[in-house]
Amino acid sequence: MNSPQSAVTHSNNAEKFLPMLTLAAQEVFAMMLGATLESCPADEEVVPQYTSMVGLAGALCGLMRIQCTAASAHKIASSMLGGDPGAVPDALLDAMGEVCNMVAGNFKSKLLGVTDSCMLSVPTVITGADYDLHPVGNGLRCQVQLRYEGAPLAITLDVHE
Amino acid sequence: MKAICALIVDDSSVMRKIVARSLRQAGVEFTEVLEAANGLEALAVLQTKVPDLILSDINMPGMDGLEFVRQVQGLNSLSGVPIVMITTEGGESHVVEALSHGAKGYIRKPFTPEQIKEHVLPLVRST
Repeated sequence: MNSPQSAVTHSNNAEKFLPMLTLAAQEVFAMMLGATLESCPADEEVVPQYTSMVGLAGALCGLMRIQCTAASAHKIASSMLGGDPGAVPDALLDAMGEVCNMVAGNFKSKLLGVTDSCMLSVPTVITGADYDLHPVGNGLRCQVQLRYEGAPLAITLDVHE
Repeated sequence: MKAICALIVDDSSVMRKIVARSLRQAGVEFTEVLEAANGLEALAVLQTKVPDLILSDINMPGMDGLEFVRQVQGLNSLSGVPIVMITTEGGESHVVEALSHGAKGYIRKPFTPEQIKEHVLPLVRST
């Protein structure tokens, strides 16, 4: 069970992380995809047919992931490639991984004193919705849900504290 | 501005395409775009061709971008070839290390077309 102090710490970090997470994602989508991420109700269900993940280690330890529909993943890849990725799944997976990598990098660059002392892993992409993800140990979960091209997209940061 | 040969080093093939497209949008014309997925592959490419410009990511498996830049600086045949780092690693220590190893520019992902113009075009014009 968390101590009262750690609970306060969690709450403070969530308040700090959420707007940065949102801004980090919005900047990546605007600059690299020419797209606007709009607000989306948190209770709108995201069917995560694609989940891209990047690990963080060092001053900030945890996992960032972006979950979206297959249609959204296809649009992301099309925007990044400047054309239809077609039947090339590698390009789609590469695009999803790179978007998550940029969001994670952009997020940590917004955290004072963390940029130099936090490393990112290479991305991993999961396809399919039938899985459960279980961060091990005490931690904080921050999630923002945004709308991309009409469909909800979830960005989640699990931080070990 | 003359057409150039560029080497783009990134473990993401999608990102290599984006960098090449961004340069074209900034007005750069290519005679050839060479690609490599990490520093080791890039060094192998450089044994067969000397480009006018190198753009490299930092975080790559095999050989990362900082080690790649360090090794390129030790090659006489590549002296004068400008290297620009394009990376998600935006920390001051990475910038200082890259520049101290000989990189001529540093662009953090995500980037805007204006940043490409600002940091890369002057190097292309001087080649």
